[in-house]
Amino acid sequence: MSGTDPLLDVTGLTKHFPVRGGFPVRRTVGAVQAVDGLDLRVAEGESLGLVGESGCGKSTTGRLITRLLEPTAGKITYAGQDITHASRKELAPVRSEIQMIFQDPYASLNPRHTVGKIVSGPMEINGIDPKGGRERRARELLEIVGLNPEHYNRFPHEFSGGQRQRIGVARALALSPRLVVADEPVSALDVSIQAQVVNLLQTLQRDLGIAFVFIAHDLAIVRHFSQRVAVMYLGRIVETADRDDLYENPRHPYTRALLSAVPEATASDTPPRTRIRLTGDVPSPLNPPSGCRFRTRCWKATERCAAEAPALVRVEGNGVGHLTACHYPEAGRTMTSQAAA
Amino acid sequence: MFRFLVRRTLGALLILLIISALTFVLFYVAPRDPARAACGKLCTPQTLALVRHNLGISDPLPVQYWHWLVGVFAGRDYTGLGHCPAPCLGYSFTNHEPVLGLITDRFPTTLSLSIGSAVVFVVFGVGTGMIAAVKQGRALDKIASSASLVGSSLQIYIVGVVAMYYLSDEWHLLPRPQDSAGFTQDPGAWFKGLLLPWLVLALIFTANYTRMTRSQLVESLSEDYVRTARAKGLSRRTVFFRFAWRGAMGPIVTILGLDIGYLLGGAIITEETFGLHGIGALSIKAVRDNDLPLLLGVVLTAAAAIVVANIVVDAVYALIDPRIRLA
Amino acid sequence: MNTPFLSVRDLRVAFSTEDGLVRAVDGLSFDLEQGSTLGIVGESGSGKSVTNLAILGLHDREHTDVDGEILLDGKDLLTATERELERLRGNTMSMIFQDALASLSPFHTVGRQIGETYRKHTGASRHEARARSVEMLRRVGIPQPDLRVDDYPHQFSGGMRQRAMIAMALVCDPELLIADEPTTALDVTVQAQIMDLLKDLQQEFGTAIVFVTHDLGVIANIADDVLVMYGGRCVERGTRNQVLRTPQHPYTWGLLGSMPSLDGPVDVPLSPIPGLPPSLLNPPSGCRFHPRCAFAEKVHGGRCATDSPPLEINGGGRGTACHLTAEQRREFFVDYATPQPN
Repeated sequence: MSGTDPLLDVTGLTKHFPVRGGFPVRRTVGAVQAVDGLDLRVAEGESLGLVGESGCGKSTTGRLITRLLEPTAGKITYAGQDITHASRKELAPVRSEIQMIFQDPYASLNPRHTVGKIVSGPMEINGIDPKGGRERRARELLEIVGLNPEHYNRFPHEFSGGQRQRIGVARALALSPRLVVADEPVSALDVSIQAQVVNLLQTLQRDLGIAFVFIAHDLAIVRHFSQRVAVMYLGRIVETADRDDLYENPRHPYTRALLSAVPEATASDTPPRTRIRLTGDVPSPLNPPSGCRFRTRCWKATERCAAEAPALVRVEGNGVGHLTACHYPEAGRTMTSQAAA
Repeated sequence: MFRFLVRRTLGALLILLIISALTFVLFYVAPRDPARAACGKLCTPQTLALVRHNLGISDPLPVQYWHWLVGVFAGRDYTGLGHCPAPCLGYSFTNHEPVLGLITDRFPTTLSLSIGSAVVFVVFGVGTGMIAAVKQGRALDKIASSASLVGSSLQIYIVGVVAMYYLSDEWHLLPRPQDSAGFTQDPGAWFKGLLLPWLVLALIFTANYTRMTRSQLVESLSEDYVRTARAKGLSRRTVFFRFAWRGAMGPIVTILGLDIGYLLGGAIITEETFGLHGIGALSIKAVRDNDLPLLLGVVLTAAAAIVVANIVVDAVYALIDPRIRLA
Repeated sequence: MNTPFLSVRDLRVAFSTEDGLVRAVDGLSFDLEQGSTLGIVGESGSGKSVTNLAILGLHDREHTDVDGEILLDGKDLLTATERELERLRGNTMSMIFQDALASLSPFHTVGRQIGETYRKHTGASRHEARARSVEMLRRVGIPQPDLRVDDYPHQFSGGMRQRAMIAMALVCDPELLIADEPTTALDVTVQAQIMDLLKDLQQEFGTAIVFVTHDLGVIANIADDVLVMYGGRCVERGTRNQVLRTPQHPYTWGLLGSMPSLDGPVDVPLSPIPGLPPSLLNPPSGCRFHPRCAFAEKVHGGRCATDSPPLEINGGGRGTACHLTAEQRREFFVDYATPQPN
């Protein structure tokens, strides 16, 4: 994997939303630091899970990558091309390769358009004429996502939540994207329907070789879906690693705390993970803590954590490796076994 | 709140400045002799010369506007006509009187008409709307809803004339509308003279308030916090007034403020129908006489009423709903 | 005989809509002892929230028909007058809701909303109620409660709002607490805090809790007994370990198979339940789950489509409503629980 350029390479990505106030003339008095110096890479055909709690900036990150938002600073490189500040025109060919799936299947489909129009819309906008015509392609897409192609002329309100999400997926697939950014694609759905959509996305990812940035707050679903996982806290990535590495061997205290908070349906004879209960709330992104942003809730924090922001560095692993941004990372399981040997 | 009021007052002054400038330009740039127009219908050559001089027609337009503006803050001398003290909105050559004096003479009538009818339509409109919301889907609701539909499609100049004919002239149930010396002079006459206009003007508005109150209440009654209040063991009545009505109030107050602002600018048709002499009648007179200075004054009064009403509405909204932060 | 604290008997709730009659709850029975927690699991349209509202008598009386019995400490709530219910609500039984931001009044301070309940049921003065609000906020873990008591809900964070709602529900030391998806809208770390808080408070006051959720993980964490609802009926019930370790109903199997876990095998697809949740307007005949059930054709004589399976109780409150034989269930569950790697 190393050596080849990643499909998506994001460095130092920053988004600050200005806050206006002041008297008597309003002016910018501060900024919500939604995303602050974020690095991430997604390889061709890879799925990267982006997890974090509400307000950590994961959705903003998704919108920055798809250029729905203009970054304040940093660089976004897609397939070797710098698209950070690309104009509409320059972006056009890239736009068709990067698609987005949204959380709310009710709000993200135009209620006055038929399913067929919704799904063939991206082809129309981009002037793409597939072999056999747009309608045929749209019907094909409906079939791929598990809907009846005969529903081509129906309207979104005639479908259930899960089916609407499938329509959203079909629309995202219309331009044969290489990268799909899925922002909480299943969190609005019932448990039994969630699994249907997750399976669908997984099949598409594998069969069509589409790279995914899968944004979710549900750690179990992210584990199920992603090959690599990045954990965000207050606008920064605190840890990123291959899936198994991250879940079995979390090195950042926040990742550990997050994992230990997930209630599991497994019955009580399996030994429970060490319980770590974080106290308090996530600080305001308007005025985040100095140094390490997690330090105010971290049981390991020292003065160093307040003075110096830890860099996201490799703690172990080959290839892209296991990276964490912590001055005092948790002992890795492999490291202890090496020490013992 | 203080900061909000200061900021909004400054903004309001700016808006009035722009409106006055726009009106000024529109009236004076029209392809006719503004002095001839301002002079009125019975215009002798002497008066025309006087008007010409006093308007400063020979000056460029911005200078004319500047003189007018200075007059507003510092007063202005009109050669041969006397001094017009600040705030001087101009001089009506037709009426031989400063514009401001004409407006202040008429304003009490408009104020009485507006506030009086507002009291009537708020009481009846909101009251009926509340009943309709509580009896949702039942006969009372349906009656109230259809009645309000009929009400809102009525026109004052028809209802007013019919009401005057039957209620006052034929059946002598209500006194015929007339201008009075004002509330402070003779409250009884004031009340009698305005009762019919209040009721007729309110009839049209009541329907709107009934429908709005009903729909706002129906919505807020289905809010989660209303259910929570019931789950706490509070009685239906408490829940209705303390929670549901509180949630419905905001939009109603907004529309009420704007309606009152609009009425204060002159209820032209109502005043004409009942022969009352308020700002509305004054503006019609100004138009008929081609009295440009007066027209400018009336337009500004109406604009000021709406701008002030907007500020009041925003402030009241913030008092009702703490989520709206005023800074 | 030991009568349970809350006893729901053959509850039926139906409401008339423009499209027809919706049978939201169709013959539900359960018991709850003081100090214990019953977890009700179900997806949208399972009737779980409607059941809650019926217990508190908060359903829309105009358009809703409620049948059966809801006995709270021996008293039937369905025959109680509105005035009697008002005395019980917020006092003996109280409720917390999913969306704390929408469920708290935006127009009143948190302290006033908590104190209001207290004043209503104890006749306390404004001053006493305020002191009690501060105490309750402290107890649910809000920092600086004497200052935060004058804040409005929108000034609180999501987790704090849910704590405030819990404070409001517990201000009169109720004996029954109904929690309707109280942690669904919260982040996992906050969810863990809130569940710990509820468990602590339950230990302290011996409150009986009905905890409604769609998340089996949350159920595993908090419930003593579990009741699984589908299409307005109970399809399975038992103790937590019984339902989660040896589930008997294909729907419960499906729910468990739909949930990815943190330490199970990863490279196998999830086993979702095919199809859509049932329409309660026009529910499927027979067993309401049969159109989505992978095992319906294994039942002899196609009874699933024609006969509604009764909830068979086999001791200790364990029960399943399914036509499969015990033998078949053992066989199929083993199959189901070990998905094949692809």
